[in-house]
Amino acid sequence: MSEKERLLFQENSERRAVRAVYLENQANTRVDERVLEEMLPYFKEQYGNAQSMHSLGAVSKDAIEKARKEVADLIGSRENEIYFTSCASEANNLAVKGVADAYKQKGKHLVVSAIEHFSVLNAARRLGQNGFDVTYLPVDRYGLISPEEVKNALREDTVLVSIQHANPEIGTIQPLEEISRIVREKKIPLHTDATCTAGIIPVDVNSLGVDLLTLSGSQFYGPKGASALYIKKGIKLTPQIDGGIQENGRRAGTENVPAIVGFGKACVLAKSERDDNKRKMLPLRDRLIAALPEKIEHIYVNGHPDKRLPNNVNISVEFVEGEGMFLLLDQKGIYVSSGSACASKALKMSHVLSAINVDPAVGQGSILITLSKYTTSEDIDYLLAEFPPIVKRLRDMSPLYSYFLKTGQRRPAGPGTDYEHEHEHEQNQEEE
Amino acid sequence: MAFYSEKVMDHFQNPRNVGEIKDADGTGEIGNPVCGDMMSFYIKVKDNVIEDVKFKTFGCGAAIAVSSMVSEMAKGKTLDEAMQITNASVAKELGGLPPNKMHCSNLGADALHKAIEDYKRKHGGTT
Ligand code: FES
Repeated sequence: MSEKERLLFQENSERRAVRAVYLENQANTRVDERVLEEMLPYFKEQYGNAQSMHSLGAVSKDAIEKARKEVADLIGSRENEIYFTSCASEANNLAVKGVADAYKQKGKHLVVSAIEHFSVLNAARRLGQNGFDVTYLPVDRYGLISPEEVKNALREDTVLVSIQHANPEIGTIQPLEEISRIVREKKIPLHTDATCTAGIIPVDVNSLGVDLLTLSGSQFYGPKGASALYIKKGIKLTPQIDGGIQENGRRAGTENVPAIVGFGKACVLAKSERDDNKRKMLPLRDRLIAALPEKIEHIYVNGHPDKRLPNNVNISVEFVEGEGMFLLLDQKGIYVSSGSACASKALKMSHVLSAINVDPAVGQGSILITLSKYTTSEDIDYLLAEFPPIVKRLRDMSPLYSYFLKTGQRRPAGPGTDYEHEHEHEQNQEEE
Repeated sequence: MAFYSEKVMDHFQNPRNVGEIKDADGTGEIGNPVCGDMMSFYIKVKDNVIEDVKFKTFGCGAAIAVSSMVSEMAKGKTLDEAMQITNASVAKELGGLPPNKMHCSNLGADALHKAIEDYKRKHGGTT
């Protein structure tokens, strides 16, 4: 390290707090040591291209096929129904656009939920610009999709239904079995984005009754760079990346062998350790959900009370804004995320919070906390100790809070004050 | 690179002049239509000079830093001088803001100007 680099490093570590508590596991998880071990040889020794005919290539090819089996084993599918992609967004795009295109002779109608990940939502939107008709299903205040609504949305020309298994932001787990029974009856392909459930809770393509399923290793202690789409035998789909013959011609591009190997290993570990991990996280999650409202007044838990991911806590803290909270938490070495408008690049409140009808002023104070198998009860103690003073500090600065204290009334923020009439709205960005 | 400049983080973490003035000579309140936030400014005026200024803000880190900076810039200035404070000059004093946070800087100067206008209205337009 040069002197300059050393100083920078020192400054950075000083800026970082003593403790690091990572609670943004819906975004990414820490790679398990055993996964990393498994991957390393494929960087330095076994670096052959899996499509090469020589023996080095064959080693890579074998490694990929082994991983394919491991992924298939986790979700109860056949190996030849697993297609590797670079990330969950790619798998979701492949599912939505690929199926829509392959069946477009039959019809041009899609059904997706309003709270899908943007990789499903924006893929559907793009199809909508290209002559498809898209139905966006609403959800109730807990984020649940009603099977009845799905049924009513299906038409003669419906060629794909895409409904997530659970929502990464509010943690609500959908009644997918019920939904799939309805969709199946009409013989319409059903895709589910299981990115935040696979490896965390049991996911089985047969009992769920889905035709396509997205899963991603980086959500359960695997590396970034490898995800998969399960495509049931018999389902047609147009590739979205054209090129060579990889992945049976359905997804061209040189395979990311180390990542795929790590993904496979993560699946093996998840299969045997998933339930233990869940037993570890659940009490911590429940403790947070119980203790936060005891320590902080006027906060609300978003999502479903029990149909909920074991690692998800999403709360709205009234009278304060989320970005302020997460910046101050960051200073304490606590890493979370926020669904507030200010914290998003597009300056809009999260589409999920809007869909469950969270009051925009309240939603501005939303914080998402997601646990992992590494989260300890000391981490939770630390959060519970540091968070309330942060909220107090921001509330003491908040005109909405002082108004509430004085009058006992809540008043809307931003729009609704006279500023709105004086200035033109400039907002036109779309969430990326 | 951190998202905010050091100066912004400093004003966000140690905001100057937070609070309200009970018998303020002028108050101004602005809501942010882009993201739904709010800022209130209170001023005390003596001999045409802003003697004291306080604010309360509901908004992101940039919005809090902007209010703090505006309050600092306004203190001790004449009303005319304070009217010259612009969004751009506030952002500049803060060492810049990320592009998607520039609109937050609109809040600060506007809320201050509203407080000054309020004062003038109440005190017969003495400038
Ligand atoms: S006040 Fe909302 S982004 Fe700054």
